[in-house]
Amino acid sequence: MKSRHKKLMVIVLALAGIGIAAALILNAFQSNLVFFFSPTQVANGEAPTNRAFRIGGLVEAGSLKRDAGGLTSHFVVTDTAKSMNVVYTGILPDLFKEGKGVVAEGRLGADGLFTATQVLAKHDENYMPPEAAHALEQAQKAQKSVVR
Amino acid sequence: MIPELGHFALIVALLLALTQAILPLYGAQRGNLTLMSVARPAAQGQFVFVAIAFGCLAYSFLTNDFSVENVARNSFSQLPEIYRFTATWGSHEGSMLLWALILGFWTTAVSVFSRHLPDDMVARVIGIMGLISSGFLAFLLTTSNPFLRLLPAAADGRDMNPLLQDPGMVIHPPMLYMGYVGFSVAFAFAIAALLSGRLDAAWARWSRPWTTVAWAFLTFGIGLGSWWAYNELGWGGWWFWDPTENASFMPWLAGTALIHSLAVTEKRGAFKAWTVLLALTAFSLSLLGTFLVRSGVLSSVHAFATDPARGAFILGFLVVVIGGSLALFAWRAPKMLTGGRFTWFSREALLLSNNVVLLAALGTVLLGTLYPLLLDALGMGKISVGAPYFNAVFVPVIAPALFLMGIGPLARWKEASLPDMVARLKWALAISVATGLLLPLTLKGFNPWATLGFTLSVWIALTVLIGFRERLKHGGRLNSLPRGFWGMQLAHLGMAWGVAGITLVANYQQEHDVRMNVGDHTQLAGYTFTFQGTTERPGPNYRAARGTVEVSQNGKKLFVLHPEKRIYNASGMPMTEAAINYNFFRDIYVALGEPLDDQATTWVVRIFHKPFINWLWIGALFMAIGGFLAASDRRYRIAVKALVPGNTAVQGA
Repeated sequence: MKSRHKKLMVIVLALAGIGIAAALILNAFQSNLVFFFSPTQVANGEAPTNRAFRIGGLVEAGSLKRDAGGLTSHFVVTDTAKSMNVVYTGILPDLFKEGKGVVAEGRLGADGLFTATQVLAKHDENYMPPEAAHALEQAQKAQKSVVR
Repeated sequence: MIPELGHFALIVALLLALTQAILPLYGAQRGNLTLMSVARPAAQGQFVFVAIAFGCLAYSFLTNDFSVENVARNSFSQLPEIYRFTATWGSHEGSMLLWALILGFWTTAVSVFSRHLPDDMVARVIGIMGLISSGFLAFLLTTSNPFLRLLPAAADGRDMNPLLQDPGMVIHPPMLYMGYVGFSVAFAFAIAALLSGRLDAAWARWSRPWTTVAWAFLTFGIGLGSWWAYNELGWGGWWFWDPTENASFMPWLAGTALIHSLAVTEKRGAFKAWTVLLALTAFSLSLLGTFLVRSGVLSSVHAFATDPARGAFILGFLVVVIGGSLALFAWRAPKMLTGGRFTWFSREALLLSNNVVLLAALGTVLLGTLYPLLLDALGMGKISVGAPYFNAVFVPVIAPALFLMGIGPLARWKEASLPDMVARLKWALAISVATGLLLPLTLKGFNPWATLGFTLSVWIALTVLIGFRERLKHGGRLNSLPRGFWGMQLAHLGMAWGVAGITLVANYQQEHDVRMNVGDHTQLAGYTFTFQGTTERPGPNYRAARGTVEVSQNGKKLFVLHPEKRIYNASGMPMTEAAINYNFFRDIYVALGEPLDDQATTWVVRIFHKPFINWLWIGALFMAIGGFLAASDRRYRIAVKALVPGNTAVQGA
């Protein structure tokens, strides 16, 4: 009898532990998911203003400006249909170039300025970050459907 | 001529692999000794022919044969010789060939070091490995032939990815593959045991040293990969929770669970079904990892659409291997006898808890790695799961395993006494908790993560020492302790060392991104950094702007660092080459960002002070050495020899 109780106790404790762990994991998972929005979606007001998300597209040619004396840079990310202003403080990645694909993670301000905490440009000249390519594709599709 | 020879060798290797798979497996089922005896020569022949194919590809790379498409795409005439050789496995096709080569190597090793195993067991193990070889060779020949010609030949190559042109990358992929592919031996032993129905402790004893060696290689490979990322990516990080890293980390977690579970199966005959399941899991995750990294699915789920044959083949192969082995398991597992009994507080129970925790940790990594892919594949939106998720979840989940690491090796089999354990470990516990609480106070104030890390690290280290003391108390000498024990202790100590390094660098590193003109100074962690400008420096296949940064402390000049910004000639790709001053207690890491003016006199400079970061790799090295040491224990050799009489009896039958 006694050993059976012990066994039962161990099983109950194990199940409780697994349950708590699963709840914690799923909660952390939910709150750390970073969603992706294209500039068009942001322009349509689909992006959240209270949490960080990712944007992707091309760095508009001639849009990169650096603040004198600091590490802050401003640039425009476009999916060829819509574009948005981005500000970032820090070192831009090696492959960050005007006219090339880029992905930025950060928050959208009330004034429509996207403050990036991270800028990603993948390590291959020919290779477009998948999210950036996706944004361009979506914009092209949208334009085609408008023409029709 | 040479590439065609390689292609032909690959075809011969496939035929031999099929022979190696079909005849011995059929023979083992029928009890036909002649068919079973085909296993060894077929396996060794297959290895020779894959090696010839690999040699031909390497030769094409070394001689700059740009009429081979693979060479033209992944090499360059100005590339230094050593990187021309490593470019052999720099591409998808080449790395698959390396996979097949290493699988052949493991199979041959099994065929040589299995003289004393029963013939039907050897035939089955080699046969299963032959099936895997056949799969990979067929994949190479049908979808990823590395020997395809390019007509007309290219004038020059497009160069290897500059990121891979690093000494760490020379041995990282082969080591990692030695680990990945090594789990195929554990897999083959598990399947062979399921097929034969002989799921006794002997099976665990045979497969244990192989699994431990594979695990040690994988540990070493992952450590090297992390070291490469730190040196080469220019961001100062050593682990990014990138899907490619997770792909190698998941088999490692499963493999770690497996080597511990195998210990129980071998010593106590318990957890048989569980151990078999882990062996299947570890290898399935190795395949999944290869698939994730090599199929292009990570850069885009839709890469499949551009090359559907490749993706479909790998997915099909995964389904056959995973589905087939699980079906076999479901059919055979009920026949397994339960092993020795144990109570809820015993070494068995502690090792089981450790396994559960490791698998839970594995689950969190799997979820974070596959969920975004799944969502994207189903067209349900693009998301990313970044480092914050993994850090928030993985660390608390794995912490109990680190705590159990201290108790498990000291607990008795079958039944341990809790009061006795408390008496033996109370001082270790008190000292580690005190260190965890007090050390952060002397550094930068209370920090729960630092407390957790320090406590666990000191706890593991102290329990390792207690383990030695208790072994020696009964008149033993250090050099008379078995290698298996030494291996375990070293590996556990390596874990303590690594955890200490991770805790220190994660909580106390200092970073400074600063705009610097020639002659500018900046301070970090008590060091003064003076930027002395950049000079042009040509490399073998790149041009570099080479910066000079003088580092001094209290007005005394210490050393000069030369970080570089390189532009590779063939690809035009820019690359940051960080300059690092290594030391046992800290690294100083300087990287050039970008020039801020046209004359390139003002640069963004990134400076890191990384306390104790090298402890991390020292820890990984200790774990790997521990693994190799444990696998070389005399016990495995003696135990195998003791079986010889039974073995000859089988042969006589």
